[in-house]
Amino acid sequence: MKILVPVKRVIDYNVKPRVKADGSGVDLANVKMSMNPFDEIAVEEALRIKEAGNAEEVIAVSVGPAKAAETLRTALAMGADRAILIETDETVEPLAVAKLLAKVAAEENPGLILLGKQAIDDDSNQTGQMLAALLGWGQATFANTVTVEAGSITVARDVDGGLQTVKLNTPAIVTTDLRLNEPRYASLPNIMKAKKKPLDTKTPGDYGVDITPRLTTLKVAEPPVRSAGIKVADVDALVEKLKVLGVGA
Amino acid sequence: MTDFDDWRARSPFYDESHEALAQSVRRFVAREIAPYIDQWEADGELPRDLHRKAADAGILGLRYPEAYGGHSEGFDIFHGMTQTEELAAVGAGGLTASLMTHGIGLPPVLALGSDALKDMVAPPVLAGEKIIALGITEPSGGSDVAGLKTRAERVGDHYVVNGSKMFITSGMRADWLTCAVRTGGAGAGGISLLLIDIDTPGVTRTRLDKMGWRCSDTAAIYLQDVRVPADRLIGPENGGFIGIMRNFNSERLGMAMGCCAFARVCLKEAVQWAQTRETFGKTLVKHQSIRIKLADMARRIAATQAWVDQCAWGLENGRDQPADFAMLKVQATQMLEIVAREAAQILGGASYITGSKVERIYREVRVNAIGGGSEEIMLDLAGRQLFGGK
Ligand SMILES: Cc1cc2nc3c(=O)[nH]c(=O)nc-3n(C[C@H](O)[C@H](O)[C@H](O)COP(=O)(O)OP(=O)(O)OC[C@H]3O[C@@H](n4cnc5c(N)ncnc54)[C@H](O)[C@@H]3O)c2cc1C
Repeated sequence: MKILVPVKRVIDYNVKPRVKADGSGVDLANVKMSMNPFDEIAVEEALRIKEAGNAEEVIAVSVGPAKAAETLRTALAMGADRAILIETDETVEPLAVAKLLAKVAAEENPGLILLGKQAIDDDSNQTGQMLAALLGWGQATFANTVTVEAGSITVARDVDGGLQTVKLNTPAIVTTDLRLNEPRYASLPNIMKAKKKPLDTKTPGDYGVDITPRLTTLKVAEPPVRSAGIKVADVDALVEKLKVLGVGA
Repeated sequence: MTDFDDWRARSPFYDESHEALAQSVRRFVAREIAPYIDQWEADGELPRDLHRKAADAGILGLRYPEAYGGHSEGFDIFHGMTQTEELAAVGAGGLTASLMTHGIGLPPVLALGSDALKDMVAPPVLAGEKIIALGITEPSGGSDVAGLKTRAERVGDHYVVNGSKMFITSGMRADWLTCAVRTGGAGAGGISLLLIDIDTPGVTRTRLDKMGWRCSDTAAIYLQDVRVPADRLIGPENGGFIGIMRNFNSERLGMAMGCCAFARVCLKEAVQWAQTRETFGKTLVKHQSIRIKLADMARRIAATQAWVDQCAWGLENGRDQPADFAMLKVQATQMLEIVAREAAQILGGASYITGSKVERIYREVRVNAIGGGSEEIMLDLAGRQLFGGK
């Protein structure tokens, strides 16, 4: 079985994002970027499945600017076998990404596509689900544990009340949640070896996919600054305040 | 707000491969070091296990020959510098000193040792299974290396060693000691290097408690009638001094880079504090005198880093002069001294309480200024080389 792992280059999770002065989006100039953390978990899970002998090849794929090649190199340094960059400088929405991934899937015939449940930049949480719909494959989102058997994959999903276990026939789509695993760090020699692993560069045009956005962003704004709290003298005063604010009974 | 590691992005010496390495080492530090460093500082030493983990991550072997389990292909000197920077991020100099002691203990073996010696020593050291330390300094003094007193007498196919070594980093845990001994007459021409098995009868050691670098085990090592096989001689007899000296440039460069990295940690803590701590109705950073202090710290760090990078480039490209490394080390330690002081000043009382990185780095200023060649000796050496005079 092949495993396809889509990875996205996003603003680093340690960086405090700044909104552009004109409100058109987040300022990404000279900002540190790295692999979406949920995608790192997906790469890790794919590698573990391969290391357990349940997959032969792990292919990382990214849709984004030329610099997304660095993100793919990270996946290769972790242990992915090869990578595909679908290069575009345009904004790509989840539907466009899902369409491109569906085309890649048609070429590569993976038994499993492992995605992050969402990307930490736009938090859409849509690509995996849309891809499943486009391909007509079974899906398990928010994976907490993944167990691969011949012809099927059992996934325990993080749901509000606890864990829900589902069984999928392959090929299937799984999206990762935070508790699935702790991704490895690429060892330094593997960082260098990754430079020699194959990385194919394509364009959305190569796949005949129209990636024109369907949505228009009107305005991006900073979240409102939280105003300072007040101290109340005792519990009675607290209850009084809550009543005034209309909180509670 | 500035990012404290974005200076590399503006430097001609660093590219995305250095950034990839930084990310990897950073994750190693966050996972395998940061949660435990306070405990190790209290313990007075690093666990052996850490050496193995660091070897697996590629950290111990960076820029050592592939043949011995190192990783040299594709790595330049700035990858080494990047690693130094990331290891410094926990703000505990003892970590690098002790985890990377092979950085001073192993190069003489690799440069001068016989093939048999290299094959025996390098692979287990780079795999994190064995620890190698360097023994130059003696109780009678460290600055005057050419005057060292520990004697090794050739008796048949052995040397018999008598003397003692002082302030030896990783000395309590070391398996091997790359040890400077006197085999000939007075002065630099009578010094040899011997690889001593710490298990040999006659070797005893005492732990030394310290102002800083507490997670690094520092030892006094006593050698009494220690019989060392003659084939453990590293390089020619009475030719050890050169082996000691050739180590120094890269050691001093590494220490200077470490000082820049620790200074950046101090600056970062000071800035974060200044942006949140309020006095007289506004945050510290809004007081002009504090802003000026911060900019002054940043200025000193940036200037020193620029010279560090230039010297590193020179070393890699054969366009270096030894005097530069001696002066660079002084520049860096004096820079760190001022930056650590100013950071502590900005943190106020908090800097005096155990737990801040600034408190620890402040305690480590002196070891940088003294160890690996003290400031007076460095400047005297540079002056002699550049301007003559005995
Ligand atoms: C934590 C720690 C770890 C260390 N690790 C190691 C190690 O692993 N291996 C090792 O071999 N050594 C190690 N050292 C020793 C270190 O290299 C020496 O401390 C250093 O070289 C200075 O030697 P000294 O302490 O004997 O001082 P001395 O040589 O006694 O000098 C004392 C002071 O006098 C000054 N001075 C000396 N001579 C002159 C002169 N001619 N003119 C002007 N001033 C002079 C010196 O600069 C110094 O300030 C370590 C030291 C420390 C503190």
